[in-house]
Amino acid sequence: METTKADHRLGTPATAGSLPLAVGLRGLRKNFGSVQAVKGIDLDIASGEIVAFLGPNGAGKTSTIDMILGLSQPTAGEVSVFGMHPRQAITRGLVSAVMQTGGLLKDLTVVETAQYTASLFAHSRPVAEVLERAGVTAIADRRVGKCSGGEQQRLRFAMALLSDPELLVLDEPTTGMDVEGRRGFWGAIRQDAAEGRTVLFATHYLEEADAYADRIILVRHGEIVADGTASEIKAMAAGRTVRATLPGADEAELRRIPGADTVELRGDTVLVHSNDSDSVARYLLTSTQARDLEITARGIEDAFIALTSDDNSTTSSATGASR
Amino acid sequence: MSTTSATAPDLTTRRAPGMGGFNLTVLRLEVRRLLRNRRTVIFAMVFPAFFFLIFGLNARYANERAGHGNVSAFIMISMALYGAVLATTTGGALVSIERAAGWSRQLRLTPLSAPAYIVIKVLTALVLGLASVVVVYAVGMFTGKPSMPGYLWVATGLSVWIGSLLFAAFGLFMGYLLPTENVMQILGFVLMIFAFGGGLFIPLSEYPHVLQTLATYTPLFGLNELTHAPLLGGSINISWVANVLAWLVIFAGGAIWRFRKDTARV
Repeated sequence: METTKADHRLGTPATAGSLPLAVGLRGLRKNFGSVQAVKGIDLDIASGEIVAFLGPNGAGKTSTIDMILGLSQPTAGEVSVFGMHPRQAITRGLVSAVMQTGGLLKDLTVVETAQYTASLFAHSRPVAEVLERAGVTAIADRRVGKCSGGEQQRLRFAMALLSDPELLVLDEPTTGMDVEGRRGFWGAIRQDAAEGRTVLFATHYLEEADAYADRIILVRHGEIVADGTASEIKAMAAGRTVRATLPGADEAELRRIPGADTVELRGDTVLVHSNDSDSVARYLLTSTQARDLEITARGIEDAFIALTSDDNSTTSSATGASR
Repeated sequence: MSTTSATAPDLTTRRAPGMGGFNLTVLRLEVRRLLRNRRTVIFAMVFPAFFFLIFGLNARYANERAGHGNVSAFIMISMALYGAVLATTTGGALVSIERAAGWSRQLRLTPLSAPAYIVIKVLTALVLGLASVVVVYAVGMFTGKPSMPGYLWVATGLSVWIGSLLFAAFGLFMGYLLPTENVMQILGFVLMIFAFGGGLFIPLSEYPHVLQTLATYTPLFGLNELTHAPLLGGSINISWVANVLAWLVIFAGGAIWRFRKDTARV
């Protein structure tokens, strides 16, 4: 897993050449009063990547996205978008976003809303073409206030495409959509991203991240707890947990067991998560005093919950492994 | 333009728009939005014209002399002023609805600069204000009752229109101050009180002395006197100008203060 991770890290910049990073975050922090919403995020997103920001509600996804878009100011740390300040990238039409709700005027029609938005940029794609792409041509003359939630979301998508941005940011774009609406929406995004656009989307749906992202970043309590391809994240979840009783266990030693991904100590109990539970079990039974050994499978949902839950010990070791 | 290649995005072709994103398409759409609002059109255009028809044609006094014209012309100016300030206040106060709808936030994801946005709001308000003046004057002309020299139609109409700018600032201030979507229901009432205070509906000389003194401090007093001055002739009282300037400082200052608070990035 460490190896795959490294490959991924090296691979992306190599194909991207000497391009500026689409997004660069350095020691990013955001406090709201005494609440630490973002607790130090470092992240590079290369041009052309499709990245999912996956985490439960309140993980700091929206706070991070707001700072990438220049809507809020970091308490500490730096944000750069294509090597610029976020606001500069926005005025050049390089970045656009589809927000969860709001942001529309009820008394304008769909096409007027698009014309309004397009007129603000120095460059824009033809309104008719973008409406077609977002699938709202048929309702172009409808007042926004009379559009359904899904139609409004497709209009927001159209508005985001008008400036032909290099980076498209989507904050939980399918919240409140039915299955069909969600599929249609992602179909349009995927078609669009095939043309080389960088996409960063926040979601709390594991399947959505799995299906549409090249890279998944798991966030919890304002920190990145895992970062890898969908298959790497799945691999973390696909393994088994070996549980044994081992008084006075040496955590560092256990980490060195071949195939051990995460290690957790709970008093005399040892929990080792691994894709190769056989070698772990063999090692524990032959090289240590471990007894009462038990092997259990962990599902993908369990992994997600484990990685994003409040239980610190599991995740801190997971972070170590995934980084 | 095409940036659809899967290789390097060409960032050098990208530039920011001029004038902070201000453009005529937006202005046209904003005016269309305002005129689409039936309530706005009724309050800012139909009501003032209707009030003129009720008060401005009364045979008992309509043809009496008033400066270079007659009382009917005097009342037409008052009603145009009432309509224009309602229009510009509404235009400014719309920011309240836009903030509530998250539109202001959405605009921050575009190149539109905050000053350009304010300019668009003020110009939209002025277009609607001009429409109010034109409607009331057109109705007046159609009835044939108001009488004043041709240049005074233009001079009074222009001073009403330009003066209504003061209330675009008032509308913006209230729009940023009040969080409600029904901001105009409150402001319609407030403007009615200002209109009585300024002597737009009833001459101040009809009021008891204490009220008369009090009325000279209300925001429509100076504007009402100044817009009627070309018709009435005579000198311009410095207190009218002082009244307008003082309220301009209060409204514009308040609008800037609230606007800064609103757009401050947290």
